[in-house]
Amino acid sequence: MKFKAFAACLAAACMIPALTANAFVEVSKDYDYKRFDGKGLTLNVANWGEYMSVNSDESLDVNNEFETLTGIKVNYKTYSTNEELYAKLMSGGADYDVIIPSDYMISRMIKENMLQKLDFENIPNFSLIDKKFLNPSYDPTNEYSVPYMWGIVCIIYNTKMVADKIDSWNALWDEKYKGNILMFNNPRDAFGIALIKNGFSLNTEDKSELQKAAEDLKEQKKIVQSYVMDEIFDKMEGGSAAIAPYYAGDAVTMMEENPDLSYCIPKEGTNKFVDAVCIPTAAQHKEAAEMYINFLNEPEIAYANCTYIGYSTPNTAAYELLDDEIKNNPLQYPDDEYLQNKTEAFKDLSDGTNEYTKQLWNEVKASSSNSWVLMLIFLILAVVLSIYINIRRAKKKKQDAF
Amino acid sequence: MESTKTKLIASPYIIWMAIFIVVPLCLVIGFAFTTKDGKFTIENIAITAEYVPVLLRSMWLAVISTAICLIIGFPVSFIISRLMPNRQGMLLTLLLLPMWINFLLRTYAWMTLLESNGLINKFLGLFGIGPFDNMLNNQGAIVLGMVYNYLPFMILPLYSVMTKIDESIIEAAQDLGANYIKVIFKVVIPLSIQGIYTGVTMVFVPSISTFIISRMLGGGSNDLIGDIIEQQFLGNSYNPHLGSALALVLMVIVLLVMSLFNQFGNEENIAI
Repeated sequence: MKFKAFAACLAAACMIPALTANAFVEVSKDYDYKRFDGKGLTLNVANWGEYMSVNSDESLDVNNEFETLTGIKVNYKTYSTNEELYAKLMSGGADYDVIIPSDYMISRMIKENMLQKLDFENIPNFSLIDKKFLNPSYDPTNEYSVPYMWGIVCIIYNTKMVADKIDSWNALWDEKYKGNILMFNNPRDAFGIALIKNGFSLNTEDKSELQKAAEDLKEQKKIVQSYVMDEIFDKMEGGSAAIAPYYAGDAVTMMEENPDLSYCIPKEGTNKFVDAVCIPTAAQHKEAAEMYINFLNEPEIAYANCTYIGYSTPNTAAYELLDDEIKNNPLQYPDDEYLQNKTEAFKDLSDGTNEYTKQLWNEVKASSSNSWVLMLIFLILAVVLSIYINIRRAKKKKQDAF
Repeated sequence: MESTKTKLIASPYIIWMAIFIVVPLCLVIGFAFTTKDGKFTIENIAITAEYVPVLLRSMWLAVISTAICLIIGFPVSFIISRLMPNRQGMLLTLLLLPMWINFLLRTYAWMTLLESNGLINKFLGLFGIGPFDNMLNNQGAIVLGMVYNYLPFMILPLYSVMTKIDESIIEAAQDLGANYIKVIFKVVIPLSIQGIYTGVTMVFVPSISTFIISRMLGGGSNDLIGDIIEQQFLGNSYNPHLGSALALVLMVIVLLVMSLFNQFGNEENIAI
């Protein structure tokens, strides 16, 4: 009995800080967040790794807040690439209710009927989204997605290793930084940079333009230290590499860790990306999912998310809450003129172009020598050798028999 | 009676094999020979020709790391097997100690060590040596990662075979005038050939199909066949049909190499 009382006290003691923490989050009063309370609902949310304010001591835990507010349990999973998410949905093994893919993947999913139309009646906070993010090219009628975060691709470099002023993608092809250059380890971003450098469109379907980009990438390979995705954090923060292209939000995080790092927004222009919240066709709890999307767009929550991960928010109310320092940071919130004239978003390409890009990327990554013949010789040798051994063994047996 | 009993005891494993080995194998074969629409095709297998350089690289690196593992593992396991039993236990525990730590973490640690700003360079820097810039992101680093991760899989089977070699056999050989080298080549190696075979299999097979070691230590420009296969399922280029075809080709090659090696092994046995 005594033990039970003790346990109850302990539980109560644990509750107090949790309750006070909750008291800080204000949500819109006229939205009924309680309608699924007590129904034992579980919402499956899939997001990029490190892309929401969860499990952190300094910032509030968005999913916890949602659970205490609505009584809906959140089952939070992460993935590391758009293609991984796509593969999981395609194989039918995943039953996500809420996903956050990027622009080009959203248009591909819409094309393949993998997303549900949203009921915006349930997402009144959609009105907070900045007008310039409405009706985007990946979802022209704006029926399937609610923008979550956006940003641009920038160059991040270590001022101790790079003395020059950098203002162009050409720096990534500069022999001076041989062995100190990192590059995207995914074809879409890597080709994107090579295409912009040559003044082509990111979404070109022209084979000769893609070929030129591939040649540039092959040329660059000689001076590239390694092809990375999230490994970049360690390498740039630790000073193992001098210069690399990466997403602006992550560049902000890296610069916080290592003050020697600086950034550049290339003059040729860059890729602007938007990640937006969607509901897959197979979702079990559509209305609860829409409630979750609305919750993500509560000013306080959107503010917590964008300050925690460092990306830019399309939510105007959350933007107003930001410090002036962040609001005026051209890396996170570039001026409208640059955004208008110099940035381009990825679109879903035709299957033929996707296939062709993939093939070119393989050529870039693989060693140049074509060793078909070598392989064949090896196989033949192996078979011949094995026959020879068998014959010799048979002979030996015969000899032994005598 | 006896055989039905044995069959009964073996049945859980047979059922396990049927469900989790035979069925997936059939799925791989099924995927490899079909298109997205489910029609029969051999195009997937034909496309794998594009990846021959990668396949060769994977085989080459796997062969090198297996050889290094054997060269390091053989003397170590022989020495351990000749020690007092209580010492043997301690050394084996030490050998297995790193394996208590997660595989990914151990590989990740090598990244931090080998980085041009990493711990090794910093340590050498204290004595004014270095820094060495090219320790990471090359094939050598991949081989290092493989040897480091798979060495226990070579030592353990070798050790378990070598402990069974009776000391008196070695003494007999020495009595008959064989020197140290002759003892190793004429007595120890032939008697532990089964262990060598098992060890080589257990190192070679995971080495040839590894993907995370090459990604972490190879710097993304030394993709192995495992990386390519992984990309077909979870990565940038989603195509399970091509992935299955590649996996099938890899499987055939591994079987071929292993059977070849097995024949060498048998011949050694006969020669004695």
